[in-house]
Amino acid sequence: MNKKTFGNKLVASPYIVWSAIFIVVPLIIMLYFALTDSSGNFTLANLSGLGEYKKAFAISILYAAIATVITLLLAYPMAYFMSKLKISSQRMIFMIVMIPMWMNFLIRTYSWITILANTGLINTFLKNIGLRPLKLINTPGAVILGMVYDFIPYMILPIYSVMSKIDNSLLEASEDLGSNGFNKFKRVIFPLSRPGVISGITMVFVPSVSTFYISQKLGGNKTMLIGDTIEYFFNLGPDYYNIASAISLVLMVMILICLFIMNRFSDGEEGGVLM
Amino acid sequence: MEKENIVELKNISVAFDGEQVLDQLNLGIKDKEFITLLGPSGCGKTTTLRLIAGFLEPDCGDVVFEGKKINGVPAYKRQVNTIFQRYALFPHLNVYENVAFGLRVKKLPENEIKQKVTEMLSLVNLSGFEKRNIATLSGGQQQRVAIARAIANHPKVLLLDEPLAALDLKLRKDMQKELKKIQQQLGITFIFVTHDQEEALTMSDRVVVMDKGKIQQVGTPQDIYNEPKNAFVADFIGESNIVDGKMLKDYRVEFSGQEFRCLDRGFSQNEQVDVVVRPEDVDIVEYDKGMLKGKVTSVAFLGVHYEIIVDIGGFKWMIQTTDEHFVNDRVGLYIEPDAIHIMKKSEYSGLYGDYSSYSEEIDHLSDVEEE
Amino acid sequence: MKILSRIYIALIVLFLYAPIAVMVVFSFNSSSSVWVLEGFSTRWYEGLGNDTAMLNALKHTVIVAVLSAIISTVLGTAAAVGINAIRRKFSKKIIMSVTQIPMMNADIVTGISLMLLFIFFGKLIGLNESLGFGTVLIAHITFNLPYVILSVMPRLQQTDSHLAEAALDLGCPPLKAFFKVILPSISTGIITGFIMAFTLSLDDFVISYFTCGHYQTLPIVIFNMTKKSVKPDTYALSTLIFISVFVLMVLYNVLQTKSEKKHAS
Repeated sequence: MNKKTFGNKLVASPYIVWSAIFIVVPLIIMLYFALTDSSGNFTLANLSGLGEYKKAFAISILYAAIATVITLLLAYPMAYFMSKLKISSQRMIFMIVMIPMWMNFLIRTYSWITILANTGLINTFLKNIGLRPLKLINTPGAVILGMVYDFIPYMILPIYSVMSKIDNSLLEASEDLGSNGFNKFKRVIFPLSRPGVISGITMVFVPSVSTFYISQKLGGNKTMLIGDTIEYFFNLGPDYYNIASAISLVLMVMILICLFIMNRFSDGEEGGVLM
Repeated sequence: MEKENIVELKNISVAFDGEQVLDQLNLGIKDKEFITLLGPSGCGKTTTLRLIAGFLEPDCGDVVFEGKKINGVPAYKRQVNTIFQRYALFPHLNVYENVAFGLRVKKLPENEIKQKVTEMLSLVNLSGFEKRNIATLSGGQQQRVAIARAIANHPKVLLLDEPLAALDLKLRKDMQKELKKIQQQLGITFIFVTHDQEEALTMSDRVVVMDKGKIQQVGTPQDIYNEPKNAFVADFIGESNIVDGKMLKDYRVEFSGQEFRCLDRGFSQNEQVDVVVRPEDVDIVEYDKGMLKGKVTSVAFLGVHYEIIVDIGGFKWMIQTTDEHFVNDRVGLYIEPDAIHIMKKSEYSGLYGDYSSYSEEIDHLSDVEEE
Repeated sequence: MKILSRIYIALIVLFLYAPIAVMVVFSFNSSSSVWVLEGFSTRWYEGLGNDTAMLNALKHTVIVAVLSAIISTVLGTAAAVGINAIRRKFSKKIIMSVTQIPMMNADIVTGISLMLLFIFFGKLIGLNESLGFGTVLIAHITFNLPYVILSVMPRLQQTDSHLAEAALDLGCPPLKAFFKVILPSISTGIITGFIMAFTLSLDDFVISYFTCGHYQTLPIVIFNMTKKSVKPDTYALSTLIFISVFVLMVLYNVLQTKSEKKHAS
């Protein structure tokens, strides 16, 4: 009551106008394109024809889900161990984890080719010690590896930042109340770190499911993910904008549904579902 | 008029989201006085202060300053300064710059600012703290900086919004004395807001007791304590036993089935009244010699005295005495005529003054203002 | 346990930096192969200096990043202050939800929807080629804004609402009070927002890809390079970027530690 806030809400109006024009209107235009044909007549054909891309959708979700789980499994212990270091070391590691994030993901993806290619570093090494070369590049595994590699900092950092804020006295309290190591983790650390896990999962899953570069570089042309499909149609020219919009629309709705489910989990009592 | 009113509030009403916070409030504040607005959370005392400061405009009514209506005059043009509840010191500025803030806004020359700041800091005993970061100061020191910053501007009226609420008891007592001293030294009007009745009584020239957006009583601390106008004031200021009574005629009142002599007059015959008897004004005597007779139900030792609850015909009285008594003792109560104060019936009648559910009054400790 | 955890951290760091190390090593390779090391050479770096397309792209990237960061910081800070002053919970919630759309949405969807908008309106006013500098700048401002708002907002909420009142009380007019008191206390949020906006903009590929037209930024040029045959020049460029990012980060960190120490004393 009686809390007078400084400032005037009018100073937000330029932003409100901006966000209406450049956030809301574009989505409406995308919807418009999805529901019309190339000459501008209303049609549901774009959406009803999406069955053709069922496979691309399914593979995208599957790859992104696998990549997200692997990322979480790798990142969670990393974040936990980081939060246990000395403050100065924590800072250093934090920076080290962050630097690759600030580099272009195209480059980071690209250098994996040198490592994974048929004549790449791993296979050269295998050949030199007399083993048969492995098929590494242009496999689903390589695509998933690319996703994990590109997006793992987005998982480590939010989990770490939540974890580092957990009050040590809470852990002592749980020990005091008789928790052993596992219980302490299950009943205190994990529930408290869940917000970081949720935002990490979001930040890894969304770019993974919609990527179109990683799959082209590391998966060859064999796997068309949903992002590749959209990019492909856009490159075909204006006549294909409608179908590309329809696919984008479905991708967006799908992501929204996933985020919604995620949020439901984050409200839930039991944290084990995600592990 | 003995003294000119420096601030006047005329028929002020304020509502937030349909809730009436101040209701037809009228108050005159004299020049150079120390006046305290006292009341529980949400009584409208802070709102009153914000009206004078200019952070808030009344829905209707006038705010008058030195005879001129100042409705609509923005805060930064008013000749009043405020000490905020949590001080609101500027965290990015050091002590010196905090105190100099208002002077810099006025664009005073640098040497004048320096002289002024030094003077103010020595007034609040903070000489040598000029370069200190605000975050490194203790609560009491921050409090002093807030005072120095507010009075550096030479306000005609200083508004203090529960300035001592965040300090611990000992420090609070010291600051009370110091504030009073500063007020006398500067010779300006202090309008002080608090929910602590003891603070109000010890510091003020006059106390304004407020509840539910209305002024319940204005008077000197003695008036307020000795002659409360209604059950709310009687209960809020100190401890009170408040019982239903009947005015038989002038100087004669009946309560708890007994007739008593008193010093009050001017009520109509057989008028229903509230009778206030302060716990320290009741003597415990032998059962047979008592004007009222009852049984002790609880005894608490508080150091200076005992606080004893006596059940008299179902009504629990609180009595403060230095004599020891024990639970289940049967005792008599003796009340002098000048210990009895008669009040007209009000909307507060029957709400206060019975110690049936008395348990050290824990609620008194927990009503820190949330405004 | 302690040793195991150290080893684990080391392994993850190795994983993060292995491709970068490979890239750095091969950028100094004398042959044009990215598989076989032949000898040390800086020819790929020298080549970069003559690559006008690349230098142009670098210029474009910096221009867009600086402009979009400045504009989105000003706009976003004002927005945060304004949104914070909105009393009605419902309006506030709607605005904040819209604000989060560009963060939550896939970049490809944001990019495409903006591209469609530009083309749609470009056609309306009779433009043949509506994509270019203006559109990529608008797109970058749009995806930067939520990050600025969300880094300023918490600082604003932490700021004691009495601070502004105290400044008014001491005779400061409102606008001056904002600049003298509120701005300093939210400055860390604003700086963080600006840095985030700047780096997001430098780094963006997907949204620029759909909205830049012929105004190519560095990530677009890199994309085109990697589309063709794989050559160490890309690695040389990337190494340079890596080193600049690294130096910047270390510098920023040192400065931050210094200012914190100063604060503590």
